[in-house]
Amino acid sequence: MTAAEPAASRYEAVIGIEIHCQLKTVSKMFCGCSTEIDGAAPNSHCCPVCLGLPGVLPTINKKAVEFVIATGFAIEAKVATTTRWDRKNYFYPDLPKGYQISQYQLPLAAEGRLTFDTSDGPFTVCVRRAHLEEDTGRLIHAELDGRRVSLIDFNRSGMPLMEIVTEPDIRTAEQARRYAEELRLLMQTIGASDAEMENGQMRVEANVSIRPRGQEAFGTRVEVKNMNSMRAVERAIAFEIERQTVAVDAGEKIHMETRGWDEARQSTYHMRPKEEENDYRYFPEPDLPPLLTSPEWLAEIKARLPELPSARRRRYRDEQGLSAYDADVLVNDATAAALFEGAVAADPAVPPKLLANWVTGEYMRLAKGGEGSGAAAVDPAELAALVELVVDGSISGTNAKEVFAEHFATGRGVSSIVKARGFEQISDAGALGTAIDTVLAANPAAVADYRAGKAEVLGFLVGQVMKATRGQANAGMVQNALRERLDKAE
Amino acid sequence: MPDFTRLHAHEMSRLLRAGEISSRALTEAHLAAAERQNGALNAWLTIYRADAIAQAGAADARIAEARRAGPAALAALHPLCGVPVALKDLVSVKGGQATAGSKILRGYIAPFDSTVTARLREAGAVILGKTNMDEFAMGSSTEHSAYGPTANPWDLTRVPGGSSGGSAAAVASYHTPLAIGTDTGGSIRQPASMCGIVGLKPTYGRVSRFGIVAFASSLDQIGPLARDARDAALLLHAVAGRDERDATSAPIPVPVELLSLPESDDEAASYLKGLRIALPREYFVEGMEPGVAARIREAVAAMEAAGATVDEVSLPHTDYGLASYYIIAPAEASSNLARYDGVRYGFSDRSSGEFIADYLRTRGGGFGPEVKRRIMLGTYALSAGYYDAYYLKAQKVRTLIKADFDAVWAAGFDAICAPTSPTVAFPLGARTEDPVAMYLSDACTLPINMAGLPGAAIPAGLSEGLPVGLQIVGAPWSELSMLRLARAYEGITARAPWRALEPAELHLTDDPTTPSPVGRRQRTASASAEGSGVQA
Repeated sequence: MTAAEPAASRYEAVIGIEIHCQLKTVSKMFCGCSTEIDGAAPNSHCCPVCLGLPGVLPTINKKAVEFVIATGFAIEAKVATTTRWDRKNYFYPDLPKGYQISQYQLPLAAEGRLTFDTSDGPFTVCVRRAHLEEDTGRLIHAELDGRRVSLIDFNRSGMPLMEIVTEPDIRTAEQARRYAEELRLLMQTIGASDAEMENGQMRVEANVSIRPRGQEAFGTRVEVKNMNSMRAVERAIAFEIERQTVAVDAGEKIHMETRGWDEARQSTYHMRPKEEENDYRYFPEPDLPPLLTSPEWLAEIKARLPELPSARRRRYRDEQGLSAYDADVLVNDATAAALFEGAVAADPAVPPKLLANWVTGEYMRLAKGGEGSGAAAVDPAELAALVELVVDGSISGTNAKEVFAEHFATGRGVSSIVKARGFEQISDAGALGTAIDTVLAANPAAVADYRAGKAEVLGFLVGQVMKATRGQANAGMVQNALRERLDKAE
Repeated sequence: MPDFTRLHAHEMSRLLRAGEISSRALTEAHLAAAERQNGALNAWLTIYRADAIAQAGAADARIAEARRAGPAALAALHPLCGVPVALKDLVSVKGGQATAGSKILRGYIAPFDSTVTARLREAGAVILGKTNMDEFAMGSSTEHSAYGPTANPWDLTRVPGGSSGGSAAAVASYHTPLAIGTDTGGSIRQPASMCGIVGLKPTYGRVSRFGIVAFASSLDQIGPLARDARDAALLLHAVAGRDERDATSAPIPVPVELLSLPESDDEAASYLKGLRIALPREYFVEGMEPGVAARIREAVAAMEAAGATVDEVSLPHTDYGLASYYIIAPAEASSNLARYDGVRYGFSDRSSGEFIADYLRTRGGGFGPEVKRRIMLGTYALSAGYYDAYYLKAQKVRTLIKADFDAVWAAGFDAICAPTSPTVAFPLGARTEDPVAMYLSDACTLPINMAGLPGAAIPAGLSEGLPVGLQIVGAPWSELSMLRLARAYEGITARAPWRALEPAELHLTDDPTTPSPVGRRQRTASASAEGSGVQA
């Protein structure tokens, strides 16, 4: 091993990811306050319980528990039959009780895994645990009457959070991003969280260290925070690996610290040292009895799980004949997938692959244009009908695209658009006969060539008929009729 | 005009329904008594004069309306409608203070009612005010109050017990027939014993803790203090029962029979026939005053004479109760009290202008020494590296203590009888410099909290002119049986000479320096009058 070798071949990164997801419940974790806090006036969504006033007690939000259990099943984890709440004690002004109710010894779910595709093929990350806890309030540092002050908004205090922690299985920045993306998709699929990183519904933190290849012991880890998009996750981790590599190569020591991602500078910066682990003095929450999850309840939650992304990809590929790429595109776009599923259901006779092509092609192209509420107007049954018209030759592919664009924009029915635009193909034998007669009369040389055995001339003649009918002739019928006429007259 | 303050709550209830007295008059009489004597006793931290009179007016209207509507409507009223009650100052009352006896909660106004408060309002009880207590209920003498100690109405130079000392003193002094207290290690039973009244700590989970300032969540229970078993039963009935806002409250029905404990002494006494009573030898601890031990043995002998069977039993893990309690309770307290940081409410010292320093100053200046001692104990016990050795071990001991009691119930006993406190009320200041001596005051009560069991203290005569309380411990959810037993004991001792004795300082008005001559006479009551003196 020499310094001249590329860093990637000399060092290996070891990455573990901690993700906090805000759960999509109607009320907060331990009280009845609404979770609709986005854009709400500060401290407008709190009560004695989430403000931690003297004498208040928590009560469990069952829906939040169900979301974590559902997540547990979705990542093939062991779901606890007995779970408990613990207090994590620390002082901070945004933590009104002086402790956070969390789960320490008995998380709701443990030992799960998540498999996803990367540019190097499929990769599996082991998930150590998924547990439930409450969020803190939010500190806002401001200047008031010329004084620097810290204001506290307790709207977020007590919002339900799920924390999902991986084993240090991840080795590249791409794997880290893909893991986060797949988990986000999973959260959205089971409806546990909107998981939008931009507004803090999903917070990703990475523990990153490097070690010489072949070494078993972990290097000193650095925690990276403040990554507000999937792209930021990948870039921040890649930056951190590179930073540590350069430092180690230069003989420097890596310090335990928390670093933040600076989007503008595209680099991480030192936030605070993490020389020793905090002593949170965890102990069982005496205000909440242990929660027993009955087999019936667990079975009910499991039965309610929707089809998960991995299963859906498999079904699209294996049962509906979609390419891996199309399957993935559809699975990652809930609206597109719904349109596809709806169209398949509306007309099982239309090959799903053709429908998928339309959805991933025309539909997604128009939807990406983002003009008005076009995407909402698309009716899966109309899409199926349109593709059917193309398949049976009633309408040309080119015209079909125009029809779809109009349907997308206006929601008008496919058949009425086709009729109004005069796109119906001429499938009437009589009308076709006249056109064919004209073309045959005008191209005696081609007719002679065909009869002399040059079968490929047929294509030219079909083209001529199509031209004469301005594309509205049914190409299949034209071909059959031409062959019949030329063969018979011999 | 008769002295309304001498009535029992069940008597008030009967007279109110009969239209013979008004809640307004009752309330006025009690407020006047409390206001007249509070300077001497310091039992009350707040008296809600205007609110109490308004509530009394509303209760009178409810009773009048029910009387017009007929017997069914009258029967549907809770017996406590129109009856005055006091609350320990850690019970949240919307719009009122809840200091928990601490400087750190000075100025805090609760914006909501505790479940206990709400249930009392629903019953129509009249809330007279809030009573003094050891800071955050940590103490056995009410001396650890940031608002000064409460005196014992039997002897103003002595403590009333604690932490619910204000409630006990107020009931014993006829300022209120009823008071709510809380009991984490003996804080209802020990002051009830020292003030010569009835106090009941219900089974853990019987009464909702929602809105009660927490000390140690797994041990805290709320219960009644009263001057007899029937009154305690009425108050328990009003506040007990499952509450959705307290996940540790149990969905166990509250027996309606609590409202109809026998009126006749003979009928009440018959309950003792065939009852099996256990007398745990470990509860006659070293340092127990002979007079206390004598009263307890006499009380049990009286029950035996009335038809009960008494057997000595062993609760072998009793000795470890105190040590494990002083791990678990402070551990939970250290976390429960973390919220008092001066950021949102109560006392706040912002003089440093720097956030960490302000935290330290607020907590350093806002908490008293006993509270700080327990926060430090608890923080230490929960720290990494010590958790297994202390907290976890203490929890295991707790399981063993509980198993001791389970064995007693499994052997077919109906109740355990024991001393409540090893001593009668001790002089003010006697134990404030010796925390362990103070802790030992609860040696006989705190194992009951550790086991989550119901425990009651009932008057059982005097020793050296001061009340001795008999402790009755029952199986989980057996409060009704315990109160029947307590009522039976009242029945067999109804004509005992000591029953006629009253706190010595009752006639005192606001001057603690000149004890009343009546008090002196009664305090030197003859030894023969102190004993159980059961009628044949």
